[in-house]
Amino acid sequence: MIELPCPWCGPRGVSEFRYVGEGATRPDPATATPQEWRAYLYLHENARGWVRENWYHTAGCRRFFKLERETESNETRAAT
Amino acid sequence: MTSHRLTRQQGEVIDRARTIAFTWNGRNVTAHPGDTIVSALAAAGERVFSRSFKYHRPRGLLTASYHDPGTILQVDDEPNVRAAHRLATPGIAVSSQNTWPSLKLDVKAVNQVVGRFLAPGFYYKTFIQPERLWPVYEKVLARFAHAGRISGNAPHLQSHKRFAHPDVLVAGGGPAGITAALAAARAGARVMLVEEEHQLGGHLRWGGSAELARLAELRAAVAAEPGIEVLFDSAVLGRYDGNWIAVVEREHGHERLVKARAGTLVVAPGLIERPYVFAGNDLPGVMLSTAARRLINLYAVRPGDRAVVLTANADGDAVVADLRRAGVDVARIVDARRGEDVVRAHGRGRLRAVELADGRRIEADLLVTATGWTAPTALVNQAGDRPVYVPRAARFVPGRDLPESVLVAGGLAGDGSLDELCGHADAVGGEAARRALAHRARKLSVLPTRTGPAPEPAQRDASPIAALPLDEHPELFRGRTHGIVDFSEDVSSADIFTAAKEGYDSVELLKRYTTATMGPAQGKLETVNTVEVLAEATGSTIAETGTTTWRPVHVPVTLGALAGRISEPVRRSPMQAAHERLGARPLVAGQWIRPDHYGDPVAEARAVRESVGIIDVTPIGKLDLRGPDVAQLLNLLYVNKWSKLAVGRVRYGVMCAEDGVVFDDGVTGRLGEDHYLMSTTSSGAAAVWEWVENWLQTERPQWKVHVTPLTTAYASINVAGPRSRELVGRLVEDVDLAEDAFGYMNVRTGRLAGVDGCVLWRIGFTGELSYELHVPAGYGLHVWEALLEHGADLGVRPFGVEAQRILRLEKGHFIVGQDTDGLTRAFSAGLDWAVKLDKDDFAGRPELVWQEKSGGGPRLVGLQPVDGSVVPPEASQIVIDERIVGRVTSSRMSPTLRRSVCLAQLDAPLAVPGTEVTVLLPDGRRVPARVTEHHAHVDPEGNRLRGTSDEPVGPVRETGTATLRSPLEAPTRAVGSAAPCEATVTDLSHLTKVHVRAPHGGAVGAALGIAFGRAVRDEHGALVVGSGPGEWLVLAEPTDVGAAERVAAKVDVPDEFVSVVDLTHGRAMLRIAGPRAADVLAKVCAIDLSDDVTPDGAALRTSIAKVVTDLVRTDLARTDLPGERGFVLHCERSSGQYLLDALLDAGEEFGIQFDSRSDDGALPE
Repeated sequence: MIELPCPWCGPRGVSEFRYVGEGATRPDPATATPQEWRAYLYLHENARGWVRENWYHTAGCRRFFKLERETESNETRAAT
Repeated sequence: MTSHRLTRQQGEVIDRARTIAFTWNGRNVTAHPGDTIVSALAAAGERVFSRSFKYHRPRGLLTASYHDPGTILQVDDEPNVRAAHRLATPGIAVSSQNTWPSLKLDVKAVNQVVGRFLAPGFYYKTFIQPERLWPVYEKVLARFAHAGRISGNAPHLQSHKRFAHPDVLVAGGGPAGITAALAAARAGARVMLVEEEHQLGGHLRWGGSAELARLAELRAAVAAEPGIEVLFDSAVLGRYDGNWIAVVEREHGHERLVKARAGTLVVAPGLIERPYVFAGNDLPGVMLSTAARRLINLYAVRPGDRAVVLTANADGDAVVADLRRAGVDVARIVDARRGEDVVRAHGRGRLRAVELADGRRIEADLLVTATGWTAPTALVNQAGDRPVYVPRAARFVPGRDLPESVLVAGGLAGDGSLDELCGHADAVGGEAARRALAHRARKLSVLPTRTGPAPEPAQRDASPIAALPLDEHPELFRGRTHGIVDFSEDVSSADIFTAAKEGYDSVELLKRYTTATMGPAQGKLETVNTVEVLAEATGSTIAETGTTTWRPVHVPVTLGALAGRISEPVRRSPMQAAHERLGARPLVAGQWIRPDHYGDPVAEARAVRESVGIIDVTPIGKLDLRGPDVAQLLNLLYVNKWSKLAVGRVRYGVMCAEDGVVFDDGVTGRLGEDHYLMSTTSSGAAAVWEWVENWLQTERPQWKVHVTPLTTAYASINVAGPRSRELVGRLVEDVDLAEDAFGYMNVRTGRLAGVDGCVLWRIGFTGELSYELHVPAGYGLHVWEALLEHGADLGVRPFGVEAQRILRLEKGHFIVGQDTDGLTRAFSAGLDWAVKLDKDDFAGRPELVWQEKSGGGPRLVGLQPVDGSVVPPEASQIVIDERIVGRVTSSRMSPTLRRSVCLAQLDAPLAVPGTEVTVLLPDGRRVPARVTEHHAHVDPEGNRLRGTSDEPVGPVRETGTATLRSPLEAPTRAVGSAAPCEATVTDLSHLTKVHVRAPHGGAVGAALGIAFGRAVRDEHGALVVGSGPGEWLVLAEPTDVGAAERVAAKVDVPDEFVSVVDLTHGRAMLRIAGPRAADVLAKVCAIDLSDDVTPDGAALRTSIAKVVTDLVRTDLARTDLPGERGFVLHCERSSGQYLLDALLDAGEEFGIQFDSRSDDGALPE
């Protein structure tokens, strides 16, 4: 089980967290086209290498936070 | 049978002073403590232990270790015991497996004769067709399966797991492993040393005086080093990301899984001796040099009378001396280094003669081979390294791709003298400690649970570790004849040649086709030989052929050990005891246990329609919302409008996700100017809370709203029926229930049955006049009982979930997830009236704008079968000819209408009142049904739930003193019978708990005197806990009556957004203390509770036995037991009993007791 660096609690096992998604920005709901909105909802980069992700520390501080993860090695680091 | 026991050997591990007895295939055998089952049998002259997998050839000792493929036996009820490893214990019944009718006469040995038909892939080729015969084949094949008996009467053992946090974990307790462990411990690391065998020492154990003297020194050093925890008879199962290491600890067949998070892993498994492939190499009497040396030196057993030794290395030479000392006549030494070779072993059932390459035939009952080594690279492979074949050394070695957190020592790293190997291991251990301590220091520096600066690690530079050389070794894998390669699976070198010819020429394909390396030995003995024979067959090299992948688990582990104690949290309502007394049939809904019904759901539903009923709705989610921006938040989360909700009013709302799909619904009431209480569905409570937090933390951080979940702070009871006003009126003291004072969709707070702080909603899921009462949870049972007692003359009856489902369906109220699914957007749920697209923004709005434009998607409708006696099962399809146009989402026989009623999802064009559709029943019948005008089948106008009655309300009855109840009950079974009792659990649920929210790092934090991660006692003795970022919990004795006011006054800081919520009833709280308290917790909690990570005063939240639990370390300052560790734990109230049970289970092995109430002052001093 990998450890995630919670910016509040320190490193904890990943089972304490919930993956929220890639760090996509919510489009302006007033102007977004269906294509833009659905890309936001459903399309993910799923890149190999370092990615920014949103996580929620469900069983800990209950804060949402961003971190960076190397998707091949599962190394993690605080989001810059 | 003559004894083969030798006189005392220098390094023997048996206790000759004592004798134990057990049975072997019904015969009595004696052993000495320290004997393995097989060493005792070998001492008694036994040579054959099993029959082989496919050909049922007799098998004897090969390795005399855990991995010995021919000595897997049945012990009592336990099948597949590694009997060359398992210690003999008094009274066990040991028998051979896979033999019928007996080991000596095995009729399945006929397979040897027909062996040429059992070609590789035999099963694949033979039993494929005709497919209909497979059940027959299966039965026949099962009789030939290679396994022991399992017993239906086997005791139900519960394995517990535990978490460990070593800085350095050393896999392997040979000289290198021990040396590395000592070096790491001396450098200040906490070390876990895992040894597969029953003693430390590896090959030193079967060495001479010098080796044994060295071993004694090493063992003494380990014993003197408190920083090393040694696990004997244990094995590392696998290494996973983040140096998460699974270890199995065994004790006489009982296994426990240790989940270790190690700073660094030192892999020091030594080398495994490799069998030699030649004709007859599996005859009993042919064994490895290490097997002979173990038998002689550890167990004082003479392995044979007359021996031939095939040697290619120093260990082979050493075995000759051992054999001679043991009185074995060494008839011939065949030195492979001089090109000498063995070509065939002769004998039936056991070795009689050995045929050499020069044609000579030598009578012998023992052939010892020493032809080389396999490096067990499993753990380094799992860390990402790929092994490399070195022809000069005739073995694979680790490559150069190890991560920082993994190091290699001992034979896996290279060759050398004992001093060289230990010198290398010493450097490895020091470096492992350096890396682990630096890792630990980095971790400590970011933990909020510590005070003061993080400890400075000794700034040592990485010390270079000189690589060990690799000795030359002849490449000896297969001789001049074909023999067995995989002893577990009966795969011969000829089979591999055949498979290669058939095209299975890649090692991964070959493995799966022939099953070579897939048996109980899992490749440890046979992988390299398999690779070499395949290379030979395909005319390539070993390096080109490559090796198979070593995956976890490294050794077999029981499913029971992996499962451990099942941790599936269960949530209980404060009224659960009453439901059980009333004979409720339990329904598990999510984690909740709920009453499905109390015997007759239809009668329960009628009671609600005709008089009054009460239902426990505690699982309904409740969120306390405070702050000036709550209305904005509600506008954003719900599809409808909230800006104009007046104080004292309640409104129904629906939430959609960003894809417009209905996600949750419920009512929200405004209790005060900036104070709201939101209810959610029972199953959605956690998700809605997270959803709200997500918006507040990420999208709208500027909004001032504090959310506090109160789901189980209140016991919730819905009182429904035409006489509910009368009933509630008998118990409520300060709320006017008159229609004009407290009408439909209003909320009031008041005193109910003597309990202050109750919240009353006037809402009606059942369609009747009803009051939803939210009572401080500790008084829930009191109010429930008062309602039943004082409503008896009204005909009150408790009703369960089933009656509620009938009632709400009659009323046409949909249930999210039942009448909607993951594609149901708001308009499809019939919520056109609620969706306000003129709001600027709300979750899911864009999709709903587009849905409204397109008019797409199905619609939720009321539906009645034309024949009212037919109740179409839920999920029945609605069809036009063969086309599916909808489905029935809910259906019941309505007791009120005495006909069937349904809700259905129907394609929009058909969703017109009066339309007749066809419902396809599961039995194939097609029945007509009609779309109704409304969702509601009963009282669509809503007269009943707005009902007025002329019955007088009140007067208030005397209900007696309200009894406060704890969420924790003493368990029904006895615990803590074990003496001495080394941990005590005390119920602290009665403590006053004041929850404070304010900006992190602001003036409130300063006023409270503590930050996130720490707890401190205030001047009145209350414990102030920094429970989260910007979150505090103050714990006070109930006798400290001013605590809540004191806290409120203290945090009344101008210019900071602060909220204070009483959580006294919302949490189950306990203290666990005692010398083994931390050990109990280590079985259910993954947090390192050592003094530097979790010092006294540390506060954190984590998962304990899968329940989100707050933990505060509060050591007990007691004069009689100085320094006793204690932890205060609290979780949401409904999970408390589950958590208590889990802790008591975990503590059973140490001796644990439960105090339902502390009598010496609850808050530890």
